[in-house]
Amino acid sequence: MAEIDTPLSQPAPGEEVAESAADWLAADEAVPAMPDAYVGDHQGGHVIDAGDTTATEPDRGHALEHFHTSTGLSNNKLAMWLFLGSECLLFGGLIATYMLYRGRHSGSPGPAQIYDIPFTSVSSFVLLMSSLTMVLAVSAAQARDDRSTKIWLTVTALLGATFVGGQVYEFTSFYHEGLGFTTSLFSSSFYTLTGFHGVHVTVGIIMLLSVALILSRSKVPGDKAEVIELVGLYWHFVDIVWIVIFTLVYLIPS
Amino acid sequence: MSIIVEPSPSSFEGHPESDAHIPGAHQPASMYVKIALILAVLTALETSTYYIDFGWLAVPLLIVLMVIKFVTVVSYFMHLKFDNRLFSWMFYAGVILAVCVYCAALATFEFFMSP
Repeated sequence: MAEIDTPLSQPAPGEEVAESAADWLAADEAVPAMPDAYVGDHQGGHVIDAGDTTATEPDRGHALEHFHTSTGLSNNKLAMWLFLGSECLLFGGLIATYMLYRGRHSGSPGPAQIYDIPFTSVSSFVLLMSSLTMVLAVSAAQARDDRSTKIWLTVTALLGATFVGGQVYEFTSFYHEGLGFTTSLFSSSFYTLTGFHGVHVTVGIIMLLSVALILSRSKVPGDKAEVIELVGLYWHFVDIVWIVIFTLVYLIPS
Repeated sequence: MSIIVEPSPSSFEGHPESDAHIPGAHQPASMYVKIALILAVLTALETSTYYIDFGWLAVPLLIVLMVIKFVTVVSYFMHLKFDNRLFSWMFYAGVILAVCVYCAALATFEFFMSP
């Protein structure tokens, strides 16, 4: 039972209070199922259709998901998947460009001379393990374990930072070996592709740390689990892009 | 004077925390660790092609391993295997289009740029 005490709820002079209260109660009875099914995300129109209105509060977290949208799905999640689909095209274009130009490096260092496969393999392993910690963060968020969620998010960000640090080291060593951005078509396409990916990882780290910080202040807008799942989708995406880059750029000989 | 009423749904400001059900997110942590170990082994296998000469088999092997790792992460870590099919369609449409972009670019350079 909540108490609402606002000027709007004050009856006008001479008005019968009982009638107003009856109107309120009648209005409340007109939507009997809503308080049980309502979750409270106004912007996303997010509700859970438990099906069984006798379900207890904790049980509703495991109920069948339903959203008040034209698709019945979360618009936020739909937008994220659409964004990731479009990102595939961006990286597809960059990878295609690299594959076409990787042999164009006459007189300057080529892939066989500069790539350090053992080092890049370790970087790939680190990014792959960050996907594990990310999915554990999503699981912890689903289980409403805020402490574990924050820990896994921070570990994921640290692993991501390790990867970016490795990339900065790699770029620096390549530059010292004579491979600048404009040295050849190969170098331009290589730095553009891996640089774009590095920027995506950096944006992901910022997102992870931001969410961990907001989570610690308990100011996550909407549903926490969904917010963390969306950040997780983005993070896994940068991982799968690297899976493709590692194979096509580094491992397949030109 | 105040009127005590049960608030209507639209008057809710707070959120019961984490009520959204993430399909697949209820899997045990041990399953994710096992998948991560499999991915680590596959990465080690990929790296081994740098040290061991697999001959003509190297490129097909690397492509197959890449696809397995890609699909595994998307299916299990991104929960696409457990989620609505519309998400799969949206994502894989982007992937297929990206592959088509690559093939089109490659074909363009092969047919129009070759001497």
